[in-house]
Amino acid sequence: MSKKEIPEINAASMADMAFLLLVYFLFTTTIDSDKGLQILLPPKVQDEQSVAHPKKRNVLNVLVNGRDQLLVRGEVTDLSELTELVKKHVGNFGSDPNFSESPSKAIISIKNDRGTSYEMYIKVQNELKRGYNELRNNEALAVYGRDYNDLNEAQQESISKKFPQKISEAEPENVFGEESGQ
Amino acid sequence: MSKFKKDNSKETPKISTASLPDIVFMLLFFFMTSTKMKDAELKVKVATPTATEVVKLEDKTLTSFIYVGVPNPRFEELYGTSPRIQLNDAIIKDVKEIPAWIEMRRAAQPEYNRGKIVVSVKADRDVKMGIITDVKQQLREANALKLNYSTHQGQIDYNGR
Repeated sequence: MSKKEIPEINAASMADMAFLLLVYFLFTTTIDSDKGLQILLPPKVQDEQSVAHPKKRNVLNVLVNGRDQLLVRGEVTDLSELTELVKKHVGNFGSDPNFSESPSKAIISIKNDRGTSYEMYIKVQNELKRGYNELRNNEALAVYGRDYNDLNEAQQESISKKFPQKISEAEPENVFGEESGQ
Repeated sequence: MSKFKKDNSKETPKISTASLPDIVFMLLFFFMTSTKMKDAELKVKVATPTATEVVKLEDKTLTSFIYVGVPNPRFEELYGTSPRIQLNDAIIKDVKEIPAWIEMRRAAQPEYNRGKIVVSVKADRDVKMGIITDVKQQLREANALKLNYSTHQGQIDYNGR
């Protein structure tokens, strides 16, 4: 072993390794973007007289009590059934006398207790939104043959006008109290 | 045995520094991606609920954040253990401070954008609706009606909590 020079380590693959690690970190670190449920609050009521009283059949009452139980039109309902009920109610087009006359007249009224958990409230809001989104998507597929999200703005507007989201929130009540419902 | 005999007469070999830039770049990129730009120090614990029908917040400059949750252990002495509301850096004492804060946020926007402001509520999944309702009523008072409940995207659990 009488070599004069020590062979240099080949560093050509170093860049590849660095890129590999870079890509790994790029995919694993999450830069959290802000996502959420979009909701439009009703404006402050100026006088009680102007509040419209819609027909009973057009309103789907959703109540969430302080124990996170769901009541739709006074009947205990499972959360997983809510989306179907919304679709049935809004997409009724007057065929069933118990549900809405037309999508533009359909109203969903949600009422919660002060003791309802925020998580349950979000779940209910999510299900209501899902009902509307599925209806719009079906309509988009029927009219344009594409998903609602793939339509251009004008097309989306024409669909969303057919199924306007009317989710009204009643003034809250404090029946169970804030700390009950554990 | 001579195979393993050390040859002290030769100078020490140079370590190749060709890869050093790569390593430095790698570290740089790592820190670039993992650092989160924080705009406010969170004094309350917020674990947002999950939902499927989420939309992205369009414009962050138009968005004001309201945090609701239980104060962090560090601040327990000061603020107690029941859910509180945080605006900007400070936990507020009274929910009635919200309209003034909204007005301030609105005034900070150029005039053509004042009607477009959005409020994002980042609330912990375990808080009760009472405090959220108070916030909502105050937002209606301030006529800031565009609301976004901040959530994770993911499947929701139908079988209780």
